[in-house]
Amino acid sequence: MSTPELTADVAIIGGGLMGCSAAFFLAQRGLSVILLETDKVGRQASGTNFGNVRRQGRPITQLPLANRASRIWRQANELLGSDVEYLQNGHIRVCFRDRPENVGKMEEYAVQAREEGLDLELLSGNMLRERFPWLGTDVLAGSHSAMDGHANPRLAAPAFARAAMKLGARVIEDTKIVHAAKIGEDFVLEAEDGRRFRAPTLLVTAGAWAGKIVSQFGETVKLTPRAPTMSVTEPVPYSILPAVGVMTPDEVETVYFRQVARGNIVLGGSTRAPSYPDEYRSYVMPQNTMTQFQHLRRLAPALAKLQVIRVWSGIEGYTDDALPVMGPSGTVPGLFYAFGFSGSGFQIGPGVGETMAELIATGHTDIPIGQYSIGRFG
Amino acid sequence: MTGRFRRLDETDRALVRLTVDGSEITALEGDTLMVAMLNSGLALRNAEFGPERRAGFCLMGACQDCWVRDTDGNALRACSTPVENGLAITTQPLTADWSVAP
Amino acid sequence: MSERVVIIGAGPAGVRAAEAVVRAGIRPVVIDEGSRSGGQIYRRQPEGFKRSYETLYGSEADRARAVHETFDALLPQIDYRPETLVWNVAEGRVWAARAGETEAIPYDRLIVCSGATDRLAPVPGWQLAGCYSLGGSQVALKAQACSIGGAVVFMGTGPLLYYVASQYVKAGANVVAVLDTSPFAGRVRALPKLAEQPDLLWQGVTLTFGLIRAGVTVLSGITPVEISGDPQSGISGVTVRTASGDVRQFDCDAVAMGWHLRPETQIADLARASFAFDPRTRQWLPEIDGDGRSSAPGLYLAGDGAKILGARSAEVTGELAALAALGDMGHAVDKDRRCYLMAQRARYVRFAEGLAEAFPWPHQFVADTADSTIVCRCEGVTAGTLRASVSEAFATETNRAKAFSRVGMGRCQGRYCGNASAEIVSALRGEAVERAGRLRGQAPVKPIPVGTARTDA
Ligand SMILES: Cc1cc2nc3c(=O)[nH]c(=O)nc-3n(C[C@H](O)[C@H](O)[C@H](O)COP(=O)(O)OP(=O)(O)OC[C@H]3O[C@@H](n4cnc5c(N)ncnc54)[C@H](O)[C@@H]3O)c2cc1C
Ligand SMILES: Cc1cc2nc3c(=O)[nH]c(=O)nc-3n(C[C@H](O)[C@H](O)[C@H](O)COP(=O)(O)OP(=O)(O)OC[C@H]3O[C@@H](n4cnc5c(N)ncnc54)[C@H](O)[C@@H]3O)c2cc1C
Ligand code: FES
Repeated sequence: MSTPELTADVAIIGGGLMGCSAAFFLAQRGLSVILLETDKVGRQASGTNFGNVRRQGRPITQLPLANRASRIWRQANELLGSDVEYLQNGHIRVCFRDRPENVGKMEEYAVQAREEGLDLELLSGNMLRERFPWLGTDVLAGSHSAMDGHANPRLAAPAFARAAMKLGARVIEDTKIVHAAKIGEDFVLEAEDGRRFRAPTLLVTAGAWAGKIVSQFGETVKLTPRAPTMSVTEPVPYSILPAVGVMTPDEVETVYFRQVARGNIVLGGSTRAPSYPDEYRSYVMPQNTMTQFQHLRRLAPALAKLQVIRVWSGIEGYTDDALPVMGPSGTVPGLFYAFGFSGSGFQIGPGVGETMAELIATGHTDIPIGQYSIGRFG
Repeated sequence: MTGRFRRLDETDRALVRLTVDGSEITALEGDTLMVAMLNSGLALRNAEFGPERRAGFCLMGACQDCWVRDTDGNALRACSTPVENGLAITTQPLTADWSVAP
Repeated sequence: MSERVVIIGAGPAGVRAAEAVVRAGIRPVVIDEGSRSGGQIYRRQPEGFKRSYETLYGSEADRARAVHETFDALLPQIDYRPETLVWNVAEGRVWAARAGETEAIPYDRLIVCSGATDRLAPVPGWQLAGCYSLGGSQVALKAQACSIGGAVVFMGTGPLLYYVASQYVKAGANVVAVLDTSPFAGRVRALPKLAEQPDLLWQGVTLTFGLIRAGVTVLSGITPVEISGDPQSGISGVTVRTASGDVRQFDCDAVAMGWHLRPETQIADLARASFAFDPRTRQWLPEIDGDGRSSAPGLYLAGDGAKILGARSAEVTGELAALAALGDMGHAVDKDRRCYLMAQRARYVRFAEGLAEAFPWPHQFVADTADSTIVCRCEGVTAGTLRASVSEAFATETNRAKAFSRVGMGRCQGRYCGNASAEIVSALRGEAVERAGRLRGQAPVKPIPVGTARTDA
């Protein structure tokens, strides 16, 4: 018996922010798209992350992609027809007093970033505290990026998916692709329940799960599934405009926070836990919540009096060099990858989608993505 | 009678004095902060997302509707916090510079 | 083999569990958030209060006294941590917080006796000051000798509705009406099962007559219409539709509302117990065997925190869970005692089934909640917004609806809106309520300040 097949110009495996935004921009270019998602769109890393829409701190070579994403974030509400709660209130990156060597690094970064069109203002601890009085005395210096901000991760990817559907894309949830192969000119994808999908072009945006699909095409990537530590406080009067984060080589000190307009303060960072992609589970380790609180109190002592009402985490795939895999497959024509965003894919997400759509539709992009080639792991 | 609650028994207890938004109120030793405040007033705080005043809901530490702050900014769950002489409570929302409060 | 036993909760279930563990020669850690032991039903009044056991606990005075005396006698043999909140459980350790400090307490066996809270249905106006949970109204009286208002309406269903209203009358409070959403006929049908506990059945009957004699309006089969009032001054009245279709209005300044109870299952969830849907109560419950073993290794559940079976059963299941834990650690367990307890439990289960039939959760009323009614009191979210997450953003179950609408995202973590959200979401989708799933438990079990610091590392 033959099962009916769904066909399209492009099939996408994985409905996170990368897959959903790629579907939207491909549909905008007039291509027919099938987006396949094991779970619900945007419920994994893309729906559980901290929501930082931050360019500063990214590798300098990633800034063109980040700038492209920034432009999309700014017009997201009009583009998508729904509010993703993007607030462009700036981002502050600070270093702690016991790591003075970071000040020089920040200055160096600011010079390079300016050449890529990202303006950063360097401020001493006291200047920072004058403008942002909630910063603690442990803060030595910082760099302010006025044109960065934050958005609501629970809303972003589903909004891209709905907008893609309006343009004709077919978004198919509860559909886990277990087998993918290129047969003749087409990719044939098989879901767990036997349904099949066919397309001449395949984009794999399967996040922490991508390794399994990639291996079916004879390529290997090591992705370590981890679970960043998140918390949120009770609502308090809205007074913290920018998102704030610590620059440090030590994971345990890497904490950050932002306040949403309703008043809750979202807290993130410190040691990450392991996560379990096969079971679709991630857990918050209480000891990490405690070190997160400890370093947040250094960053902003007044947070100590606020109540945390919920903690959570999500499943994110980390590559060994913390850079994503993005671009064409090294072995199979018509196959494209965008995964492994290593804890920093939210801001660039819409830029990744638009860039992949451009690459697939035109065979070219001006955005430098060569360094993200899967071949580097070969 | 200006309070929301009514005392029915156990009125033979020592007096405790505290302030709510600067005005002194009296309560009885063994009162929860909630009972103290609702025997002399109608509510504990303003809702964050609606026009109404709130006066707690579950009295057993489950709903988290009864949080108030002392004037140092410490959060107190009124239904499970015993009153003490000299406690100073504010029912006003934190000011926007909450973070630099004393 | 190490034998570290931690018991969470010092209500009747936790007390009997501790007693059995101590009897086996083990010194358990007993953690309770309250400042005094006793749990909900046998909640103790503060030191210095003078009301008698008979005044406080009525017909249950002897049981209350026995539970309290047992616990007090255990104190030298247990590591008791009052005023201590268990906010998380992970990797074989219980995270307990007290006064801004926390430590991780390792266990080999964890017996969770976390009790229950009221089950609530959204009624227009229930966010106004003066509306309390039914259990809350009892706490006001029992622990503080107060009435929640000058003129009180009791609304909801279940035996506790009549029980608390009667306690209010007895204590001299002004009770205006007892308004039960369950039709009277259901109680008659459930009689055979309710007869498992003849004294409790009799108590129920006499309470109702007592209320009527005291001049309280008692109505069955009502449908709540509205709690009216003013945002500043709070409640001024309650309107319902009676079984015969008339609209009746009652002036009052307080409403106590509850539709039975729901178990506090967050700790079981964090300790990774599996859950199953219970069609009789339309709730998700942790899966346990007859002794109280959960699906998670070393985790035992007892009392109303596992399944709502009432106070008497809590004593039985607390002891059973402790015996199971002891047996699993290789201790000899008295087989006859276990058999006796199992038989007791079976009777309470039958009685509870009768109660669920006699006083059903009004799921259709909840499914029909008007769009303008607040469903989530914490976040001030209406049923309309919840429904939009389904019809416009394609949420298919409650966790997804929560992510889009915020229902369940507030401070109470869905304790008071989770049941209603599942009914509203599933009804809109035309699916069985179990398809809407359940809000997953997330730490902290109750809020903890960012100032919380570890003392053991
Ligand atoms: C807790 C947390 C905090 C974070 N904080 C930030 C931050 O502040 N800033 C930032 O920039 N980044 C942050 N990140 C990282 C960011 O969220 C991710 O890099 C980004 O969302 C990745 O998007 P994605 O679409 O690649 O992956 P995902 O959102 O995980 O999507 C992948 C999807 O593929 C689906 N899938 C997998 N296999 C299959 C299959 N076989 N068939 C069908 N579907 C499949 C999955 O179900 C999943 O929905 C954080 C991540 C986490 C988890
Ligand atoms: C307000 C109220 C009134 C009730 N009145 C009656 C009644 O009159 N008659 C009747 O038959 N039943 C009544 N019940 C039902 C009642 O729950 C049970 O009958 C009985 O109390 C169950 O005993 P338990 O030991 O299972 O739980 P409880 O007696 O509820 O004890 C649970 C204990 O666990 C503690 N606890 C829970 N979570 C944590 C945590 N995370 N950290 C630390 N400690 C924790 C609590 O502080 C509490 O002391 C009432 C329930 C409520 C909620
Ligand atoms: S009234 Fe519910 S927590 Fe205090």
